[in-house]
Amino acid sequence: MCKECGCGGEEIVHYHDGHVHAHKHFHEHPHGHPVTADAEVRTVALQQKILSRNDEQAERNREWLKEHGVVAVNLISSPGTGKTLLLERTLEGLRGKVPCAVITGDQRTDNDARRLQGKGAPVRQIETINGCHLDAEQVGGLLPEIAGNGVKLLFIENVGNLVCPSAFDLGESFKIALLSTTEGEDKPVKYPTLFSAAPVVVLTKMDLVPYLDWDAAACRSCLRHVRPGVYIFELSAKTGLGMEAWLDYLVKLAE
Amino acid sequence: MHELSIAVALVGQIETVVANERAARASKITIAVGSLSGVESEALRSVFPLVAEGTVADGAELIIEEVAARVRCRACSHESQADNYFMGCARCGSRDVELSAGRELNITSVEVVVDES
Repeated sequence: MCKECGCGGEEIVHYHDGHVHAHKHFHEHPHGHPVTADAEVRTVALQQKILSRNDEQAERNREWLKEHGVVAVNLISSPGTGKTLLLERTLEGLRGKVPCAVITGDQRTDNDARRLQGKGAPVRQIETINGCHLDAEQVGGLLPEIAGNGVKLLFIENVGNLVCPSAFDLGESFKIALLSTTEGEDKPVKYPTLFSAAPVVVLTKMDLVPYLDWDAAACRSCLRHVRPGVYIFELSAKTGLGMEAWLDYLVKLAE
Repeated sequence: MHELSIAVALVGQIETVVANERAARASKITIAVGSLSGVESEALRSVFPLVAEGTVADGAELIIEEVAARVRCRACSHESQADNYFMGCARCGSRDVELSAGRELNITSVEVVVDES
């Protein structure tokens, strides 16, 4: 055991080179200890974003999208809200009207990309493996091949997660949050990071309202609590309820 | 658990700061974390030493300053804390406000050790 800090013992679990592992601790690597009395120490004042590398790539993505006349929306919700079904019905509804493309993120599988194939829009899947969000670099790497040929509307379906994806700017035009009626009306105030950052919210699975204790007014109130002026769509991709207003909105968005 | 990604990005930035300062290592790192940044301070605090191990940030003290969400009113220019994330003006009640604080995820200072010989 280290005499100075008391660290060590038999097995030490630690992280490096992208994985966590355990080994015996022999101090063969540099180790932080208290600063000695004769050391020269100075404090550097900064105002630097921790995610500046991601943010810089996001700005490059934003520039690229602007130059190519593409509106990109970053769809964020918890898993199972119905992002993929909404996209399936949206691509079908916009086919022949608006050239669309999709980037879809999941930890594993290309199930979503396969569901979205054959609907007239190029689709690329990003498997994040253990990542809980998409980042700007992953999206930027796909832009030229997927959104370069006259695409007007790019849907980025983020990894299903109400928290992490909202911390990472992808260079999108804006975020759209989805919330399903089965999740409860108060999610916007429980997860204000996302819902305060999304100017548009889609309430999904409205066809289930007769079977739920869903209070639409309470939900709208929670949404406006964290985001006054939020634009709210209420729809069911399954039955088609409310889809017309959503599709009309997207057509106008792409003009 | 994106705090691991945040810690990796943080250590990357510290490496640049230490190199720019021609220092040996960082001994204290202060960051500002907004309440709407989506980052859980405790999670970040727990993964930081694991990511820092073997780097110039190894053993550095991490100080996290939490920043509450604030809004500035476009109607009366008053700035107030957004209690319970209510995006409205505390003085005139207008909902025409803009977020003036709360999304911070910034390094505010780094104490570096230049020479320990």
